[in-house]
Amino acid sequence: MKQRVELKIGGFGGQGVILAGMIMGRGAAIHDGLDATLTQSFGPEARGGACSAQVVLSPDRNLYPCVSHPDILVVMSQPAYDKFIGEVKPGALLLYEESLVKPEPLPPGVKAYGIPATQLAEELGRRMVLNIVMVGFLAALTDAVSLEAVKKALAESVPKGTEKLNLDAFQKGFEYGRKLVAQKK
Amino acid sequence: MKADPKGVLTGTHFLDGDHACCEGALAAGCRVAFGYPITPSTEVVERIASRLPEVGGVFLQMEDEIASSIAIQGAVWGGARSMTVSSGPGISLMMEHVGLAAMTETPCVFVNVQRGGPSTGLPTLPGQADMMQARWGSHGDYEIIAIAPNSPQECFDLAIHAFNLAERFRVPVMFMMDESVGHMTEKVVIPPPDAIEIEPRRFTQEPPEKYLPFAAGPDLVPPMAPIGKGYRFHVTGLTHDERGYPVMSAEAQEKLVHRLVDKIRTRADEIERSQEFMTEDAEVLLVAYGITSRVVQRTLQLARQKGIKAGLFRPVVVWPFPGKRLRELARKAKAVVVVELNYGQMVLEVERAVCGAAPVRLVPHGGGALHDPEQVLKVVEEVAR
Repeated sequence: MKQRVELKIGGFGGQGVILAGMIMGRGAAIHDGLDATLTQSFGPEARGGACSAQVVLSPDRNLYPCVSHPDILVVMSQPAYDKFIGEVKPGALLLYEESLVKPEPLPPGVKAYGIPATQLAEELGRRMVLNIVMVGFLAALTDAVSLEAVKKALAESVPKGTEKLNLDAFQKGFEYGRKLVAQKK
Repeated sequence: MKADPKGVLTGTHFLDGDHACCEGALAAGCRVAFGYPITPSTEVVERIASRLPEVGGVFLQMEDEIASSIAIQGAVWGGARSMTVSSGPGISLMMEHVGLAAMTETPCVFVNVQRGGPSTGLPTLPGQADMMQARWGSHGDYEIIAIAPNSPQECFDLAIHAFNLAERFRVPVMFMMDESVGHMTEKVVIPPPDAIEIEPRRFTQEPPEKYLPFAAGPDLVPPMAPIGKGYRFHVTGLTHDERGYPVMSAEAQEKLVHRLVDKIRTRADEIERSQEFMTEDAEVLLVAYGITSRVVQRTLQLARQKGIKAGLFRPVVVWPFPGKRLRELARKAKAVVVVELNYGQMVLEVERAVCGAAPVRLVPHGGGALHDPEQVLKVVEEVAR
């Protein structure tokens, strides 16, 4: 990594938005030797309200902790898309859950990739791992944090006993992303 | 003295500021805590409630903040290191006992994860508007020490420093976090226990029959008595003599309260701590503390890109205020710009320290969000002209 990368993950409270940010941040900070700052914003209600996790990744000490213009935006709900799409940098990467988000209007220059993450999670029998499918998808489409680092951080961040389910969910998202990239090429 | 290994979670962690503060307290030897959870400090309480029993300590959730802030002082007189944790509304309730701790010279730590106020204000959003309350929120004349960390790593490191200063000066130390720092997650490196210096509690060398609990030597800080060793003493919030007994006179007041104030004021050099960024040639000197000292890093960068010689002075220990160094820097500056999440608190102290050496501009913010670095830049550009 040569320069600062700003990542924003948005969705409904309860979808695991913060956990997704936690995995990326922990992977970068603990296993990739980068500097990472995770901040979060959520409404007063825990579940259902709009919620976002912001992660700043940096090769050296990151003093300014805020995400102002994301290089990467990951969204799992329409309100999150509507709210955050205006903030992204020109040429930003957008990843969205395609059954929950219609990425319109899409600012010119934004590279958008959709994934049926809910359906992929349901195939594993647990819809709640949708956030982890998204993390896998993210890992396939960016090298901001190394694959190994994200996997290690994932195993450390999820509740004990759910590691396999979560790694399977990660793998599904990752493979879907890799296929999509291969097709586009 | 080195840290007790039992409380030290050596390793590299990804922690938020609240959790890091808790680990710092444990590393510092805190083994008793009382509190009443309140956003955004709840995570400190949650973690310390689960961690203290693991290290042989005790956490008790009290009926309110008033009870919490007096219970910690009982714990300290019983021989423990202790702290309580809250946010604005709870800290306001605790103020009575900050004064008691100052008057009875009880070393303890009050963690304030600041949110927007006044009153119940903005529970989940940041503020830095309790800075003046931290200094003199309780009635009467006294001095305390206050520290403003700006990262989870500092929440760990400076929590240890807070306990150490509390012991060295026998004062309540106000640990002034804010919602942003408390809920921000970053890498926190916890060193091995033998790399952590702990200030031991200083006990009297006098035998019990000669011991005067409030008689101080030249350092103005009286040694404490070990509990359960035959020392008898009396502790009161009333003005007291060296024996600790109430004396209602101007002479006793002068002797005691003057010392309480002087033990901090005359030794401020030992306590003050600040950080500087690009101040060597700074014509515009930004002053910020806590989370805001990180927000203005962006302003600093933008200003330098535009060719403005901007620098940053950051008080780390905010009370006593590092005024001497600030004055030196202000003498070389065209202007001083104070950035804080309130409508003007520490700026008053900055003006006092700068004492006309340069014009002082405040960039206020009512809280609930952080400053926009580009808005701060506009002020920097204005004063640089």
